[in-house]
Amino acid sequence: MTPRIEVVAVDSLMVRLFDAIDEGNMPWILAASQRLRDAFGQQLIDLVPSYTTLMVQFDLAPGEGRQRILHALEGLRLDAGNSGRRHEIPVWYHASVGPELPVLAARSGLSEAEVIEVHCGRDYPVFALGFAPGFGFMGLVDERLATPRLSTPRKRVAAGSVGIAERQTAAYPAVSPGGWNLIGRTPVRLFDRERDGYSLLQPGDRVRFVAVGHAEFINLGGDDSPLEAQA
Amino acid sequence: MSELRIEASTALCQLQDAGRFGVRHLGVTQGGALDWVAMRWANWLLGNALDSAVVEIALGGFSVVAEQDCVLALAGADLDAQVDGQAVAPWTSFNLGKGQRLTLRQPRQGVRAYLAVPGGFVGESVLGSCSTVVREELGGVDGQGRALLKGEVLHAAEAIAGQVGAPNRRSHVPEALRPAYAEKPVLDLVMGAQIGDFGGTSLFEAFNRDWTLDSRADRMGIRLLGPQLVYQGAPMISEGIPLGAVQVPPDGQPIVLLNDRQTIGGYPRLGALTPLALAQLAQCMPGATIRFRAVAQDEAWREQQACLRCWG
Repeated sequence: MTPRIEVVAVDSLMVRLFDAIDEGNMPWILAASQRLRDAFGQQLIDLVPSYTTLMVQFDLAPGEGRQRILHALEGLRLDAGNSGRRHEIPVWYHASVGPELPVLAARSGLSEAEVIEVHCGRDYPVFALGFAPGFGFMGLVDERLATPRLSTPRKRVAAGSVGIAERQTAAYPAVSPGGWNLIGRTPVRLFDRERDGYSLLQPGDRVRFVAVGHAEFINLGGDDSPLEAQA
Repeated sequence: MSELRIEASTALCQLQDAGRFGVRHLGVTQGGALDWVAMRWANWLLGNALDSAVVEIALGGFSVVAEQDCVLALAGADLDAQVDGQAVAPWTSFNLGKGQRLTLRQPRQGVRAYLAVPGGFVGESVLGSCSTVVREELGGVDGQGRALLKGEVLHAAEAIAGQVGAPNRRSHVPEALRPAYAEKPVLDLVMGAQIGDFGGTSLFEAFNRDWTLDSRADRMGIRLLGPQLVYQGAPMISEGIPLGAVQVPPDGQPIVLLNDRQTIGGYPRLGALTPLALAQLAQCMPGATIRFRAVAQDEAWREQQACLRCWG
């Protein structure tokens, strides 16, 4: 694997490993991320992995940064010991907190129960975090669930909302505007400034959604107030 | 202990420092003073660590009363600052006696002024910084990402034990070292990887025509109006976005992404403005015109190093 290195800013370079989104990219991105962190040490300012790339911001002259990247990624191999964490994330799938659940069912010709089963039917790698702190872009969902974003985004989406956009899926860590198709809600706190590492999800982690009933959702601390009403 | 009670504030008056680092992979934005050069000068005037927390005041509308005798410093825009009606020159340190009122009224030159106190302002450090990011509810006085509010009391850190005031205070920033806020600044842009994928006359126009700052501007980004740029490359997959990225959405009108930008995105980019260019841009009003100058990464890096040396 020969990465391409591109200029992005005075103190940043882009390492491009792949040309297309693929679930198989993430172990390589993780391996590269670890190598780069080790190689740059204190000179690393930030490292942003995403789908096919890693953006490296460093406190070094550009030429030196480039050399260090090349050296770090020489003979890159998959490291069995560093495959990211696997999370099971409980979701209460219901039209009252996921108004597009019936819409997706109608589009796909599946029943709501089948939509849920398909969404819970595989592990999704976390391709990248972005949009908001702790918001993980995951995928790819079964093609039958692929749905374009809402033509008009909602002004307020409740924290924990689980949604689908095209073949990606995600959960909103906090109340925010949002254009994804919502199908349920998780009681799990995705971003917590008191937690070690802050974000439950890290790039390269894998997520399995697990359907829970309303009672368990509430027991786990879920908030079932309607979309717009949540504080 | 210096204490300042806020008598007037706006959503654009916020506690800022150098920003958050090492957390971009979690989707957390950078934040921090938009004009980092002026922030540093404000702190330099009081002998503070250069990245100590300051108040960023955009466009004025900010007023404080001293609860005790204070030493303060102002750098950046000339926002018609006055102490009890007497003009205060920007780029200076000055005393604010107990009961006296400092007011920053409106822009006379530039947009953003930076107010410093000895040791920096006290704020709740969240993820390594007290930079206020309203959208992410991070930073600020209480860590919840709020802009400064009327009635709130600001405290100075005055970090050195037993030391009050600013023993290493300087009276003013030497004239020769003050940034010039040009009428029509030329902003250095480090060319990025998609630069060759802009077609037709786009590249010529990008670097040879005036760009006007749109009123759609905030701490996330500033839209520019001018000739339509045409991207002819392949659609992009979302990737990390550097500070100062000049991205070109399908309407062909560039957006300069600033400190509170989203961390990843998939629009093609001309490249990224240099930190020095960003400091200049932070002082430009909507309606102002700018030009871009293409620079290579190495050249921009050397210029940045030379600039950093002016604080020793």
